[in-house]
Amino acid sequence: MTQMRYVDGLRRAIELEMERDQRVIVLGEDVGVGGPFGITVGLLERFGERRVINTPISEDSIMGLATGAALAGKRPIIEIMFVDFITLAMSQLVNHTAKLRFMSGGQLSVPLVIRVQQGAGGGWGAHHSQSLEAWFHHVPGLKVVAPSNAADALGLLRAAIRDDDPVLFIEHRGLHFRRDEVSDPDAIPALGTAKILRGGKDLTIITYSKAVWDALAAADELAARDLSAEVIDLRSLSPLDMDTVLGSVRRTSRALIVHEAVRQGGLGAEIAAHIQETAFDWLDAPMHRVGAPFAPVPASPVLEQAFVPDTRTIVAAVEQMLGLAPASSTEDPLERRRA
Amino acid sequence: MTPDTNILYRDMLQRMLLIRAFEERVIELAHRRELAGLLHVGIGQEGVAVGVATALGDGDYLYGTHRSHGHFLARGTDPGRLMAELAGKESGLCRGRGGSMHIVDAARKLMTATGIVGGTIPLALGTALVARESGHVVAVYFGDGASNTGSFHECLNMASLWKLPVVLVCENNGYAEFTPMSAHTVVSHVSVHGKPYGIPADIIDGNDTLAVLNAARAAVARAREGGGPTIVECQTYRLRGHYVGDPASYRKADEVAEWRDKDPIRRFTGLLQQRGTITAHEIDALTAAARARVDDAVAFARESPQPTPQSVADHVYA
Repeated sequence: MTQMRYVDGLRRAIELEMERDQRVIVLGEDVGVGGPFGITVGLLERFGERRVINTPISEDSIMGLATGAALAGKRPIIEIMFVDFITLAMSQLVNHTAKLRFMSGGQLSVPLVIRVQQGAGGGWGAHHSQSLEAWFHHVPGLKVVAPSNAADALGLLRAAIRDDDPVLFIEHRGLHFRRDEVSDPDAIPALGTAKILRGGKDLTIITYSKAVWDALAAADELAARDLSAEVIDLRSLSPLDMDTVLGSVRRTSRALIVHEAVRQGGLGAEIAAHIQETAFDWLDAPMHRVGAPFAPVPASPVLEQAFVPDTRTIVAAVEQMLGLAPASSTEDPLERRRA
Repeated sequence: MTPDTNILYRDMLQRMLLIRAFEERVIELAHRRELAGLLHVGIGQEGVAVGVATALGDGDYLYGTHRSHGHFLARGTDPGRLMAELAGKESGLCRGRGGSMHIVDAARKLMTATGIVGGTIPLALGTALVARESGHVVAVYFGDGASNTGSFHECLNMASLWKLPVVLVCENNGYAEFTPMSAHTVVSHVSVHGKPYGIPADIIDGNDTLAVLNAARAAVARAREGGGPTIVECQTYRLRGHYVGDPASYRKADEVAEWRDKDPIRRFTGLLQQRGTITAHEIDALTAAARARVDDAVAFARESPQPTPQSVADHVYA
């Protein structure tokens, strides 16, 4: 059992795969000096400038560049520094990276990992804090992964690099410097597999990325009130492991979906629709979704805190689902969400 | 002229005639509603397609545009499989999943055409990062319209910064869709953009097939020797509308007539006759042979099976 920071898991994954496979290359803005979070630090010195390519600030073109390298046999890992900047690369990503296998009738393959980090925290405002996973979940040809802990940062990034399809690998900035137990540093989980982090019988909380930790804290609070919440970390957002989700909901008969992204049009809607189509008869209560209000991410720390769902909003949603009186505060945080 | 040169020029003419016959048949089949889709034909631009393809080696890569039937045929793509692709058949180059604007012939290193104007330029740069390891080069087509995209300028910067083995072939046909160049850019020539990025640029009469060949050969050699990118701006003209069905009423009749006189096939056959490479009778025979090949291609496409509806979501993932 070793302890590892999330960023170190990411770097270790890249190093291990670059050692293992000469075709793995790294491209992105500032990757030569490690980037703002130090994830690629030391790679240039170790693997050389042919394999660690520091690019200009030209997102659309570097996405195309990485795709063109993948078409010719490389397995690039491209870093888009903030998911907010991927908007500039959408044409290449959506029109070429994701579609070339299909449009070529299987002649071409794009084994590419797009590393991004996203999420609010620190008052960085609307251009450095968004959670945009739902956009990419909607794109056929892409896989989407969002690890919540260091072990998955390490294992799932290795799995993504080995995958023959383009994988959008979404880190959360608020997780980068957390430290987790890594029980098996050699474990490489399959993409598309969720993980039940905590067993329970009264309801299932389905979540991913940083919200996992809020959900676990909420489950602790609920346990103190004799409510047993099962917590599922989806880990992969496309494909979704609906088997694990449906299996859990059939046992608990209640489902709450939690994400930091705005609730409207978010992944919660997609997951709820799946459950409704397939496990409606098992449900004892309407499903609920917790997500951010339909607003850009505010800069003011006070507003940012109001924007990001937290343990309190999750507990409040559970109270609402189960018809319980609020335990602590007189303020109903759900009202804030609904406004 | 050496016998080898004669063989090469005859071969180039054959490919130009094949492209012309293919595209004329595409228009005919589209009008008869035998072909669906948004079809962009390159009639009038055959000299560029064949000149560039001839300058490339087998291991070199080529990226196209939305108007790439000719680019592919010039490099040896089977016309039957291309026609079957346009017809949406399972035997098409891309099993009918791509269609006219998204053709790929990976075996010939024709990596992809695209429906996004300028979209293949960054792909070409990425492939060039890999190609340089084995001494190969990448050619990529784009039009005058693409020179106004941000990505074009990003790519000129990166290609020059890293001295990538890329040949940037501008098919300047004077129009970005329906808009003439004078109304869409301040520069007189697309190649002007090379200078600030330190990229050498040639302006070529794109309807002079041998001029294209020579310029493309020089650019390929330069790229292969580590000299970096070159812009080869080929001034040409599409004798038809932007797409099949476009009446092209934004162009004046005398402008079209003027370019018809500069038809690259007429000029190339004239040149070859003048040089004694070929006789008028042989030209007729080659033209008939090209049409016969297209007849076969159409027959192949017609006889080919449709994809099964059940396979609609195949090839999305590995």
